Amino acid sequence: MAEVNLLKVVKRYEEVEAVRGIDLDIADHEFVVLVGPSGCGKSTTLRMIAGLEDISDGEIRIGGDVVNDVPPKDRDIAMVFQNYALYPHMTVAENMSFGLRLKRYPKPEIKARVEEAARILDITELLDRKPKQLSGGQRQRVAMGRAIVRHPKVFLFDEPLSNLDAKLRVQMRTEIKKVHQKVRTTTVYVTHDQVEAMTLADRVVVMNQGRIEQVGSPNELYHKPATRFVASFIGSPAMNFIPCELEESDGRLRVRLTSELSLPVPDSRRARYQSLKSNGRLLLGLRPEHITEMRPHLGPDMVPFEAHIEVTEPMGMETLVYFAINGTQVCGRVNPNAGARENSSMQLAADLGQMHLIDDETGRVI
Amino acid sequence: MASTVDTTAVPARTRPKYGSMKRDRAWALRWSYFFLILFAIFFLLPPIYMLITSLKTSAEISAATNPWWVYEPTLANYKELLTQNIYLTFFRNSAIVSVIVVAITMLISVPAAFALSRMRFWGSATLATGVFLTYLIPETLLFIPLFKMFATFRDWTGIELINNWWVLLIIYPTLTVPFCTWIMIGYFASIPKELDEAAIIDGASWLQTLLLVFIPVALPGLIAATIFAFTVSWAQFLYPLAFTTSVDQLVLPVGIITTLIKGDVFNWGQIMTGALLGAAPPLIIYAFLMDYYIAGLTAGATKG
Repeated sequence: MAEVNLLKVVKRYEEVEAVRGIDLDIADHEFVVLVGPSGCGKSTTLRMIAGLEDISDGEIRIGGDVVNDVPPKDRDIAMVFQNYALYPHMTVAENMSFGLRLKRYPKPEIKARVEEAARILDITELLDRKPKQLSGGQRQRVAMGRAIVRHPKVFLFDEPLSNLDAKLRVQMRTEIKKVHQKVRTTTVYVTHDQVEAMTLADRVVVMNQGRIEQVGSPNELYHKPATRFVASFIGSPAMNFIPCELEESDGRLRVRLTSELSLPVPDSRRARYQSLKSNGRLLLGLRPEHITEMRPHLGPDMVPFEAHIEVTEPMGMETLVYFAINGTQVCGRVNPNAGARENSSMQLAADLGQMHLIDDETGRVI
Repeated sequence: MASTVDTTAVPARTRPKYGSMKRDRAWALRWSYFFLILFAIFFLLPPIYMLITSLKTSAEISAATNPWWVYEPTLANYKELLTQNIYLTFFRNSAIVSVIVVAITMLISVPAAFALSRMRFWGSATLATGVFLTYLIPETLLFIPLFKMFATFRDWTGIELINNWWVLLIIYPTLTVPFCTWIMIGYFASIPKELDEAAIIDGASWLQTLLLVFIPVALPGLIAATIFAFTVSWAQFLYPLAFTTSVDQLVLPVGIITTLIKGDVFNWGQIMTGALLGAAPPLIIYAFLMDYYIAGLTAGATKG
């Protein structure tokens, strides 16, 4: 097992720069998820770590050794692909042992390792089957088994759950987490699904347009996003962004959303935003769960306001309500029993203790 | 008048007319059978005629009887041919040439197709197209320059290529390699890229990836290419006619024509027998490997 370091790594395809100089240190045993929209460079980064793509510039280290020119087979890594990439003519056991057989491991050891991996993944009874006799979830397990038997320094996962249906995906997500808890191999995992990223990762790396937007624990990204992109990418439904102005009245700092609606900034945030008053274009960032129905006992930073509900989306455990503030659609999450009705007014409350202010020009969270 | 016509012309509100999927399908099937039977008759008549003629004596062939019926069936033509050493020599020459050509073709075209479809290198796409274009040049254009080249080769080295059956081992691959490479490129292209990437990460070299992953996965394509190479070699007529002349160096198609037609005397019974026996080996191979052949050709067709 080993740590992985990326130093100013660049990938250029003729005219396009797919990865624009990223720095990333992945600790031993760590589970890191690269997440971002398609074309953000996350898969390219993973393939560069695997050695399937050359590096245009910079340096990649695995276990302290620079591997820029080391071929994939000598990097001691294992990769799980989106479409499983199982060898169709081999049985499950042969698939899993292929790498070991190429390296001429003694037969008893190969057998022991395959059986151990099969036990971890609960596929012992499938060992003699061919891939086409397996379901999607089983194939994914075999693909993971093929990685586990090698006892590599690093596991690389390239969107491994994207081909599975929603239910199986949730199940396999838990499986992957369990496997990682058992084998503790350093893991780099690529996905475009922020839920997968949040649930699996020790640390999440949010990428956008070939750059790293933010690196942090799932909680950090959720509660302290560094940029508007991260704030909108993490969390579902996405964070609301409402154009606003800062003003001071009656000795209190307020966020003005419309001519009628201005919300007081909590004292805890006052110091941070004090200097921004003159600044022009700002966005108020507020997650849907921080806009709830009016309750009898509001927290200290909860501010009541009235909204005209346009659309409701009952989800069972909660109801999403959509309304407009100055032409911007805003989403809130209310209790299903709160009586939200379409085309009617409703008393809501915003938790400004959880607010973010975003500079609309730079996209940075202040 | 017009107004009355108008009112009566408005149809009563009846059930709308729907088509019937069942009926459409039935008609489609009828037409399919009609054309399939037509094709079957068209293509099966010559071999049936060959079979009938091969069972006749020379006297009966030249007699003015119904050509589609055998009145006195005889196996004399078969006995006579199969006991003639020269016919067996033709057969042996054909078999040896075809088998070796298939081997040479596979040894060249499979690695070539793998390289052209998987190893990205400068000019690989152009080269792949070039390979196919060479296949489009007809042999009727090539045999004279080839003949000239072999003659020059003899002048320089003193090694006589012409009029040896093994010269065909050099010539036939010019026909089989381009097409087989093309089939295999198409087939290899249909194999997902992740499969070789997985093999490479598992520690396989390019050669191991080809031998342990690609060839087993592409077996239907490989068999299709093999059958094609065998059929082309077995049925080739122009090149052996041009490059081999001594009777003991001839292959089957040329041998039958040159030995069984004496001047203007056509020994039809034996010609038909020889041709029928000659057609047997490819027929047997097709029968056994038909499914693979079709799978291989269609994969190449859709993904190439």
